Amino acid sequence: MTGAAEVAPVVVAYIPIGLLWGTLAAAKGIAPLEAVMMSVIVFAGSAQFVAVDMWRDPVPVLLLTFTALIINVRHVLMSASLSRHIEAIPRAWHPLVAYFLVDESWALAERRALSSPLTLPYYLGITLPLAATWWITTCIGAMLGRALGDPSAIGLDFAFSAMFIAILMGFWKGPSTAGVLAASGAVAAATHLAFAGPWYIVAGGLAGALYAYATWRAEEAA
Amino acid sequence: MNTSAVLAILGMGIATYLTRLSGFYLLRGLNVSGRSKAALDALPPAVLMAVIAPVILTTGWAESIAAAITAVAAFFRLPLTVTIIVGIVSVVALRWIFA
Repeated sequence: MTGAAEVAPVVVAYIPIGLLWGTLAAAKGIAPLEAVMMSVIVFAGSAQFVAVDMWRDPVPVLLLTFTALIINVRHVLMSASLSRHIEAIPRAWHPLVAYFLVDESWALAERRALSSPLTLPYYLGITLPLAATWWITTCIGAMLGRALGDPSAIGLDFAFSAMFIAILMGFWKGPSTAGVLAASGAVAAATHLAFAGPWYIVAGGLAGALYAYATWRAEEAA
Repeated sequence: MNTSAVLAILGMGIATYLTRLSGFYLLRGLNVSGRSKAALDALPPAVLMAVIAPVILTTGWAESIAAAITAVAAFFRLPLTVTIIVGIVSVVALRWIFA
């Protein structure tokens, strides 16, 4: 399972993040069973961190639902892009492919699709270890109920950025890519500084796509 | 277990799942070519760049320089795991230097 080998460093980086989320959830009075339910049913790190931050009694059901929707709007872009590479996966499995789509599995799957068709064994090879690690570590964190240390102290918070940078380099196709990255990076950074919340990912992603759309020349494609 | 907690978890789960599934149906039946194909091809690098932009552009020198070192490691086609370790070691060392 090549997928499992490539996902190993990401699994290691998930461990302290999952433990941290579980301990924060416990501190807010979320029961271990509820914490595990959320990790299995929602399975979205950033949305879960924000939800714990907003958690109070009575639980704001609609606000939490709407917030999860906003935070995860970026997945629409990711799944639209990935939809062009899932022909080799039987259609009956597509709903499961969607469930397992998180930033890290999406990036690894797109990277795979650059060189070979994306298959179900490869996809499950990257997504099952990630999901299992998230479920188990968030559960342990919620049961322990106290933080085991700050992930940033040993640089593990940077593991995700490093992985995205490494995968990003695989998409390099020359000067036109530089323009896409400049447009995306500038718009994302500016949006992040100007607005609270996760809008910067969608704004940057759309800016990069718009740049490619606007600068496209017919002769280059030929 | 409290009912509103379960409802909130279900609501968040459904909202999140819809974002992950909807993209699969957005392009179905569309013949994507030319400009539109160029825009879609640009989405993966553009979204990846947008995800990391706050960390590598707006956090501090340690993160920006570590990102550049990681990019160089990736440019030389080091395996993914090695590249990630290079990034982690760089950021720890640079945070220590800039601290």
